[in-house]
Amino acid sequence: MKDFGYRVAVDVAGAVAAVAAEPGARFLGGGTNLVDLMRSGVEHPDTLVDITRLPLDAVDELPDGGLRIGALVRNSDLAAHPAVRRRYPVLAQAVLSGASGQLRNMATVGGNLLQRTRCAYFYDQATACNRREPGSGCGAIGGFTRTHAILGTSPSCLATHPSDMCVALAALDAVVEVESVRGTRRVPLLDLHRLPGDTPHQETVLEPDELVTAVELPAAEVAAVSRYRKVRDRASYAFALVSVAAGLVVRDGAVVAVRLALGGVATKPWRAVEAERVLTGAPATEDSFRAAADAELATAVVQEDNGFKVELARRTIVATLHRLATEGSAA
Amino acid sequence: MVEIRMRVNGAEVSAELEARVSLLDALRVRLGVTGPKKGCDQGACGACTVLVDGRRILSCLALAVQYDGSEVTTIEGVDHPLQAAFVRHDGFQCGYCTPGQICSAIGMLAEHAAGAPSAATEHVAGAPALTRTEIRERMSGNLCRCGAYNGIVAAIEEVAP
Repeated sequence: MKDFGYRVAVDVAGAVAAVAAEPGARFLGGGTNLVDLMRSGVEHPDTLVDITRLPLDAVDELPDGGLRIGALVRNSDLAAHPAVRRRYPVLAQAVLSGASGQLRNMATVGGNLLQRTRCAYFYDQATACNRREPGSGCGAIGGFTRTHAILGTSPSCLATHPSDMCVALAALDAVVEVESVRGTRRVPLLDLHRLPGDTPHQETVLEPDELVTAVELPAAEVAAVSRYRKVRDRASYAFALVSVAAGLVVRDGAVVAVRLALGGVATKPWRAVEAERVLTGAPATEDSFRAAADAELATAVVQEDNGFKVELARRTIVATLHRLATEGSAA
Repeated sequence: MVEIRMRVNGAEVSAELEARVSLLDALRVRLGVTGPKKGCDQGACGACTVLVDGRRILSCLALAVQYDGSEVTTIEGVDHPLQAAFVRHDGFQCGYCTPGQICSAIGMLAEHAAGAPSAATEHVAGAPALTRTEIRERMSGNLCRCGAYNGIVAAIEEVAP
């Protein structure tokens, strides 16, 4: 790993000023992704500004009944928080399904939002990758694509977004609070990540000197009746092939509220808006769930090795909604 | 170079390090604490697991400078019934992953005692019992290439309250 400068930020204003002042500077949180990428040679910052001593590690109640989660709350603490487990079970389950106990103790909420793809071609510097080196090409196209995306891809990039947490946040209409020397702004989670298009290296709408300071979860009845289901190659400690974050409220046999988001199949945390449109007001039956899944997956584009994801996603969506309709939430 | 101070296994230590030095390398190479092992050096195997302020972390993905002022416990500083239980239940063969397994299990038991759920927990808002399924899920970040998993789970099960 190339050496770099290191500074400890003592307040948010100082942290954002330090990164704004130096083009090669980056924020350092838990380090579980950034340090790995630096050791692999994919990332090579000149300076790291350590933000882990900033006072951004609280979970607070919001006046409207929602929650405000500090960007430095560790993933394990988020998943163990009583209010998250009771009112947003899909989020606790999603976080617990990712990484390992040790990694969740290190990784922060802000870092999880900004974690980068695990596409093997992104990591392997002997291959082309438009995300790592703009304009170099895409090693995955025509390569081994079993883990790659079927939604939101472009001729430049097929990489899946790796986060489980973000899939739950996409279903929950989370809002990300961001600070920089220019002030504070709020970005809906669904607008935070970009589709790759022809600029896959631009992964989010954030400027390099913008610091995530919090994530807000609005109050919603549907959030309490929610589940996360993750399908992967082994029972634990693996990235998703397909994952589903869902919330469902049924009254008199009809769907009155539904939230659905997908992971492991898309280039960004994927809110299934087409499926939600089909389901809202429909009878809460397996036929409806299947029709909703089909509507969402109609635009899927498959590669040589990942065609199985269409059927796997369809079945996982139907099974998760069915379980919510019959048993309720995981809380 | 950055100067850091830590308590390692109860002893005050200091070191002057480049910022890029991992906590694992600082412990092993600079401080001679070789219990934590370098397996994958990329956060995939758990052999480097240590306890920092009582929480289990991966020292290979930790930059030592970030842990200035911390209390670090490695297997050298552990005196716990798990150690004898691992011997009784053949919880290892070559032993390379064992320091990480034991530090991880100590951290895991504390997490469970504090009421934390896991991905194997059916009702995430409840307080889960530490079943074999729960132990396996909670220890999934520690690989054992000798495949001593049954013994590892049995050792932890014996010691768990």
